Amino acid sequence: MSQVLRYPEPGKPVDFGAFVRTMGGNGGLVVQPRMGLCVPEDMRAGLAATKAAAATTVGTITLDSYTRVGDLRAADTALREGIGLNGYPIVNHTKSTTRKVLAGTWDHDFPVQIRHGSAVPKDIFKAMMALNLNATEGGPVSYCLPYGRTPLADSMRNWEECCDLFSELIETGVEPHLETFGGCMMGQLCPPSQLIAMSVLEAIFFVQHGLRSVSVSYAQQTNMIQDIEAVFALRRLCAELVPTENCHVVIYAYMGVYPTTPDGAYRLLGQAAELAVTTGAERIIVKTKAESKRIPVVAENVEALEYASDVASRSTPPAPGYLGEDSETYLEASALVQAVLNLDPDVGHALLLAFKYGYLDIPYCVHPDNMGRTRSYIDERGWLRWSETGSLPLAHLVEKRAAKKATSGDLLRDLQYVRGEFDCAAWAPGMLYAERS
Amino acid sequence: MNVGNDKSTVTYLPGCSPFDQRPPEKKETVVVTSMASDSHTWNLVFLQLLIEELGFEVVNLGPCVPDEILVDECRDIDPVMVVISSVNGHGHQDGLRVIEQLRACASLSATPMVIGGKLGISAGADTTHLDQLVTAGFDAVFEDGITGVAEFKTFVASIPAGTPRRLQVAA
Repeated sequence: MSQVLRYPEPGKPVDFGAFVRTMGGNGGLVVQPRMGLCVPEDMRAGLAATKAAAATTVGTITLDSYTRVGDLRAADTALREGIGLNGYPIVNHTKSTTRKVLAGTWDHDFPVQIRHGSAVPKDIFKAMMALNLNATEGGPVSYCLPYGRTPLADSMRNWEECCDLFSELIETGVEPHLETFGGCMMGQLCPPSQLIAMSVLEAIFFVQHGLRSVSVSYAQQTNMIQDIEAVFALRRLCAELVPTENCHVVIYAYMGVYPTTPDGAYRLLGQAAELAVTTGAERIIVKTKAESKRIPVVAENVEALEYASDVASRSTPPAPGYLGEDSETYLEASALVQAVLNLDPDVGHALLLAFKYGYLDIPYCVHPDNMGRTRSYIDERGWLRWSETGSLPLAHLVEKRAAKKATSGDLLRDLQYVRGEFDCAAWAPGMLYAERS
Repeated sequence: MNVGNDKSTVTYLPGCSPFDQRPPEKKETVVVTSMASDSHTWNLVFLQLLIEELGFEVVNLGPCVPDEILVDECRDIDPVMVVISSVNGHGHQDGLRVIEQLRACASLSATPMVIGGKLGISAGADTTHLDQLVTAGFDAVFEDGITGVAEFKTFVASIPAGTPRRLQVAA
């Protein structure tokens, strides 16, 4: 959905959403790394390398896990004693330190997003806003259920408060942007229809709390055709239900057990980039060839960004305005979203009720507020399916399947399915799906 | 084969008496958990299924369990075994802290407790940190790449056969 990018007033940062919608979509793709470095000079160098990559990039500052769980004292101790952190502690570093990190890279042609994963994010929002940093991500459900024991109602309150706070930037002439993490729940084995429903519902939640610039996520799953169906379903539901024009789609390269070989890793990343362009998605978050082993170094990230961008440039976008058919994935996702929206006009409250009644129920998620009655499996064609739908309002859509309790061996096989498929594939990395089939 | 009411004058066709049905088997409970800083779930889900297949009930406390909740839950549940899994590289430090608190509870002092996963940040041959965990009170340590599912199964199989706690209870 390209449009002319309106440059903000001097001294004000560009709207992340507007930038991505200008540069991505219609065959273009904005590529973005996962990147969080504790030492300010390293973080600055990482942003510079991302900006210099031969691709349309946006920057990332990922925060460390102490900041994520709100343990600022532990982050402080680590900083004073020189203990390495696994991300950038934005709350503990001074404003002037972070300004120096951003100086020379963050500008109208290179927006930067703060990534964290917190169910208690108020300090993070305050630290960002003090620097006019206007793009981040998360969600009341997606940053709560998979990662701990924070009660969902507490996370909901925290996120309501933070969205309201973040929206105050609008009055100062700065457009805040929020991305939903709902399309990535559990990383793997959540059927696409529920990922889409989560992403759409969290986006509506953001807009209800004052945001106007949002993006919706979808994490690549186990089958390209199913993923294509899913992203079109996501785009269509956003067009139908998310009440803002300024909304784009971000694809996450596979977030589950990753291939171990460089060829396998690049096959999978390439397919994610092709998925994005094929479905008209505007942005992608890459994974690197180091994924299965460790946190990547900056150079590996740059290589992955350029690789994804190259595959994207050879992929074919959909016809303008095409948003897919009444696919199975669309019908399921739509049924889930409508069932939740019917519970309460306030989406936050509706989401709480939905998890209480099991209208939303994340397979294998052991959080106390998740009902835990749904299960999924990978079928013989590689599609991710429901084996048990619990109380999900999908009885009329999902075929009843003879219930066979999955064993630990079945689970292990499904968790490693993608790794096996892509490590052992015969096709050359970089070859398009469209050419292979 | 009536095991219930011997004096009953009601007769049933063979296999139709309600007394023929054995009461549901009462399974013993195992607690599966991570520790405060670890947000990974799939390792816990896999362990839950595996331990259920070995014949136990499992209470899965999930990822990022604060120390206090971990100890309180174990005390309330009084399980036959506690299985701690950690894959974020902090398992060694977190494990030393947590086992001390668990062992400090009188009712948990002899409960079999094991820890496993990717427990340190450097993969390698140095296993001193694993020995420290045993010294601190774990009954067994399963480090990725050193001991695996087979050894874990063997350990679990040994549990119902007279662990100290069970002997204590029986006595």
